[in-house]
Amino acid sequence: MYKSLSFAFMPCKTILQPRASIKTQDNENVTSYRTKVARNPTMERLQYNYLFPEISAREAQHVKKYPNAKVISLGIGDTTEPLPDVVALSMANYAHGLATPTGYRGYGAEQGSKELRKAIAETFYKDMGIQDTEVFVSDGAQCDISRLQLLFGSNMSIAVQDPIFPAYIDSSVIIGQTGDVETESGRYQNIEYMKCGPQNSFFPDLSKTARTDIIFFCSPNNPTGHAASWEQLEQVVRFAQENGSIIVYDSAYAVYITDGSPRSIYEIPGAKKVAIEVSSFSKIAGFTGVRLGWTVVPKELMYSNGFPVINDFNRIVCTCFNGASRIAQAGGLASLSKEGFKAVISLVDYYKENAEILLETFKSLGLRAYGGVNAPYLWVHFPGSNSWDVFNEILEKTHIITVPGSGFGPAGKEFIRVTAFGHRENILQASDRLTSLLK
Amino acid sequence: MSAINQIVSTSISSSTSTFLGHNNLKNIKPSSVAIPGKINGVVKCVASPSAEKTAYKTKVSRNENLAKLQAGYLFPEIARRRAAHMLKYPDAQVISLGIGDTTEPIPEVITSAMSKRSYALSTVDGYSGYGAEQGEKALFVYLSSQQLRAAIASTYYADLGIEEDDIFVSDGAKSDISRLQVLFGSNVTMAVQDPSYPAYVDSSVILGQTGQFQKDVEKYGNIEYMRCTPENGFFPDLSTVRRTDIIFFCSPNNPTGYAASREQLTRLVQFAKENGSIIVYDSAYAMYVSDDSPRSIFEIPGAKEVALEVSSFSKYAGFTGVRLGWTAIPKDLLYSDGFPLAKDFNRIVCTCFNGASNIAQAGGLACVSAEGIKAMHEVVGFYKENTAIIVDTFESLGFKVYGGKNAPYVWVHFPGRSSWDVFSEILEKTHVVTTPGSGFGPGGEGFVRVSAFGHGENVLEACRRFKQLYK
Repeated sequence: MYKSLSFAFMPCKTILQPRASIKTQDNENVTSYRTKVARNPTMERLQYNYLFPEISAREAQHVKKYPNAKVISLGIGDTTEPLPDVVALSMANYAHGLATPTGYRGYGAEQGSKELRKAIAETFYKDMGIQDTEVFVSDGAQCDISRLQLLFGSNMSIAVQDPIFPAYIDSSVIIGQTGDVETESGRYQNIEYMKCGPQNSFFPDLSKTARTDIIFFCSPNNPTGHAASWEQLEQVVRFAQENGSIIVYDSAYAVYITDGSPRSIYEIPGAKKVAIEVSSFSKIAGFTGVRLGWTVVPKELMYSNGFPVINDFNRIVCTCFNGASRIAQAGGLASLSKEGFKAVISLVDYYKENAEILLETFKSLGLRAYGGVNAPYLWVHFPGSNSWDVFNEILEKTHIITVPGSGFGPAGKEFIRVTAFGHRENILQASDRLTSLLK
Repeated sequence: MSAINQIVSTSISSSTSTFLGHNNLKNIKPSSVAIPGKINGVVKCVASPSAEKTAYKTKVSRNENLAKLQAGYLFPEIARRRAAHMLKYPDAQVISLGIGDTTEPIPEVITSAMSKRSYALSTVDGYSGYGAEQGEKALFVYLSSQQLRAAIASTYYADLGIEEDDIFVSDGAKSDISRLQVLFGSNVTMAVQDPSYPAYVDSSVILGQTGQFQKDVEKYGNIEYMRCTPENGFFPDLSTVRRTDIIFFCSPNNPTGYAASREQLTRLVQFAKENGSIIVYDSAYAMYVSDDSPRSIFEIPGAKEVALEVSSFSKYAGFTGVRLGWTAIPKDLLYSDGFPLAKDFNRIVCTCFNGASNIAQAGGLACVSAEGIKAMHEVVGFYKENTAIIVDTFESLGFKVYGGKNAPYVWVHFPGRSSWDVFSEILEKTHVVTTPGSGFGPGGEGFVRVSAFGHGENVLEACRRFKQLYK
């Protein structure tokens, strides 16, 4: 049981380690030339490194310390299984074609190829009235989130779930929507944090949520794994309508849903007038390195002055981007073909089985593990603990990388995120090691 | 560069020098957005003439920076015009010398590396996810292949003191420009050449660095436009340029084709040093340099303290659709408080980006192999031949022609004429698409940019038609 773990309790630390500053090193030589350009104050506001490179750095340190240990990574949510042949082949063939006069293509439409936009609309938004012209193909959700922030500008207020995938908050800080961080709570001023925990079944109490212009909502959720129900999403849509807010709905993990929860915000009536949806091929097709995703901006989504949001997003995409790689798009198209989709879904199922195994493991150890049913993440509760301490203990004693919950926000303090991505044998090994440690 | 995927309006006027084009998609007008009674695809017929007024609007204000933009981005506008023209003349053989889009196949040594990498992704040993390369799991920093960064550094910056970890691989220069703007933030001032590649100005407007567009001078407030004309040899008179935080400088230049000399760049670096400014040097066309003009700003002593450089494989390897470029940020480039720019850029790249496609990166690695470099030079050489043909043609017709020597662009002077009018005339009468100079800024008025990317026979045919029109 967790009680038997010997964690060194440190004073409540809800923020990541401050970034390794080489500022002092560089300033050693005070005569070194400096420009007269002021550092962007919003960058200065960021308190720490982006979460995932930090985890990566810890892994590297650990590997150095224990060169013979077999480190198992259940940290960064990186897919591990090879691409289906049909998908890889399509990209290989496309690349090959680029060497030929008939197969060569130059600039593509910044919004993506028409066939891919159509395929995305048909595969994921069938009967929801989303047209191909409302689908913008991208090089991934993380990039789209920042492009959306560029679109919105600095005079916006945002609400986020707490805990949450850090890109929404970090991009918000960078673009200048927030104030400074409150060191006590670890929260940035001017962001509305919607707490999600076991106490409210990982769905925020909207009656206690202040109005903001933008509401970021990720479901199935990274990191908690909770998939909002139809009724809950109806509440979110209604809340947005009442407040005149725009929902940015992140559905990157929709294909992991097991229990019939909605896969798209557009399943909810009225959502097209209040919501943008962002998604990605990363966790659907193992495209974390290939880079492909999309954003849906419905034509009826309008600013307060009646101007269609889609027009401005199109302008951003045409000015700040030049389209996703055509090769990646070819792979995306193949993954949405009948054969391709079947193949990628079987990989999704593989990761879902991993999640089941891990859930079983934590359950058998008497630990409360949330998620893992509708998402490839488990959100394991270590009440009364500090997640960085738990992270360190697990890493030190079992050579397993996880992600400390506080990396996702103050409400993640007592949790650890464990991903279900990994080779089966590593998942099984990890389960054994965790069992030995935590029993 | 855009394939046409929208319905094109036929009512395009070209009588104004600022190009027409609402800041929206041609087939989407606010009035067509609100469909009365439409719920989840089921359309109810409602006799309501004021339907638009009752259409739901959020209470979110439009970003006023976007509202400052005068029209759509230049190149989709050119694409729209081209599409409209093709509809009007379905039998015409339209030749595109407008958007600078590469046309020749990518050398096999490069595509086979990408094919190989694609196949490898379907194998246990060859599969990789985020940021890692060839099985060796590189640190998550920079999200680029270590190998590729090292190869770019040694290929383009050997002996210039730019090292592998100064290189940030990206999905192209256009994306990098915006990421750099996000890095700089809204409180910086910028200078651009006039005329210049529109992404610098447009991204500046979007980030909120500028004031409103001033119609009388066709300039955005708070941007310092550094005029480049035949009179000043296409290099700005720095003595008349106000200090700004950032100086965008593209050489060889798009659209004028002018490559700054060593002496000129030395003065530019000096100017930046005196003013404590940062130069964003766009060297996307460096491989087109034919004389001994510098290919990198870092050839200039002292540049590492004042400049960063953006480049791209687009015009070297035909990667316009593959998407691969890089930005080099020296360790010595520091903000006023001593903080290194590269650290913040790394943070931007980690947060707002997730790496260039691993397949494109594999292609990039092949590009900078010995065989790849040779192959890229051949491709570049082919486009340079096109350029020479175009230069010859216009010169023989008595035009004053600029550029074309160190860049794949020919900058043709039509004194006293509106560049959009010339664009339309050429399009209407020869079915050749070019780019009107004023699309690149007020300093481009009176010029037309002819790009040299095209199949050989198309370039020859286009030149034949020019000769017909202007004989």
